[in-house]
Amino acid sequence: MKAAILVFPGINRERDMARALRLISGHEPAMVWHAETSLPAGTDLVVVPGGFSYGDYLRCGAIAARAPVMDAVRDYAAKGGLVLGVCNGFQILCESGLLPGILMRNARLKFICHDVHLRVERSDTPFTRGYNAGQVIRVPVAHGEGNYAADAETIKRLEGEGRVLYRYCSADGAIDDISNINGAAQSIAGIVNGKGNVLGMMPHPENHVEDIMGCTDGRGLFAGLTAHLEKAA
Amino acid sequence: MKARVTVTLKTGILDPQGKAIEGALKSLGVDGVASVRQGKVFDIELAGADKAKAEAALKDAADKLLANTVIENYAIEMKA
Repeated sequence: MKAAILVFPGINRERDMARALRLISGHEPAMVWHAETSLPAGTDLVVVPGGFSYGDYLRCGAIAARAPVMDAVRDYAAKGGLVLGVCNGFQILCESGLLPGILMRNARLKFICHDVHLRVERSDTPFTRGYNAGQVIRVPVAHGEGNYAADAETIKRLEGEGRVLYRYCSADGAIDDISNINGAAQSIAGIVNGKGNVLGMMPHPENHVEDIMGCTDGRGLFAGLTAHLEKAA
Repeated sequence: MKARVTVTLKTGILDPQGKAIEGALKSLGVDGVASVRQGKVFDIELAGADKAKAEAALKDAADKLLANTVIENYAIEMKA
C-alpha cells in the first residue's frame, strides 16, 4: 500500500489515520499538503482525514474541496484510484463533487462525540471486504454536521445500486430512528461513488484499531483495503 | 462597484438552524412568526467598472464556491 493522506489547514485527524495505516498495512503513508498539484508517484490510496478544515467556514469542507490538490485527486479517482474520506473528509468529497449529496447540520443540532454501531451492508467492495455483510461494528463519531442529505432521485439511485456501505444501527443491527444519531437519510453513515472507488463515511474507523483504544472493530476496513491492494499488486 | 450575493436554502431542504431560531423567537414572545429559514449574505466589492463583467464574475463565484447548488439557491444584486 502506498497511501497519501491529504493535509489541509484545520485538519486534526491526519496522524490518527497515519498511525492506523502504518499499523495495519505495514507501510508509512505520505502526508500531502493541500497546495500540491500532484500526488506522489505510485499512490494507490488517497485518504482525506477528519478535522475542521478552514474552521468549517462557509460550509464544512467547502474551501478544502477547491484546494489545488483536489484536482489531482479528481484525476486519480477518474482513473479508478481508491479514495477514502472520513468525517470532514466525507464532507470535502461531497463538496468536491466526487460523491453526491451533502452533510447537513445534525438533526438535533448537537455535536455528537461517542461510539456508534454501524451495519456493514455488503462485503464485496475494497472498503468492506474485511467484514461480513450484515456485520455490526462499533466505531466512534465526532461531528456536528453528519446528517446526510440528497434529493430523492439520488437516494433512490444510491439504494438501488447498493452504494450505501455503512448504516447507523442498534447494537444488534436494527435500523431505527434512535440509532440514526444525526438524522441522516436512510441512516446513511457511508456511501461510495458510482464506480465504487471513492468512499465517504462520517465515523472514525481509524480510532478503533488497537486494544488500548478499547475496541478494534475499525481494523477490518484498513485490513480489507490492504488485502485488496496487495492482491492487485 | 459593490454587490450583494444572498444564498438561501432551497424549498424542501430541512433547516434545523432555522427551526431552532423559530423556536427561540416563540419562547421570547415575538408574536406572529410562522417560520424561519436561515441563509447567508456576502457583500462583495469589485475591482473595475464593467458591470457585465462583474456580474459574470459574481455568478462564477456563486456557482463555484459561495453556494452549494445541491441544497442552496443564490441571488445577485448589484449596488450603485
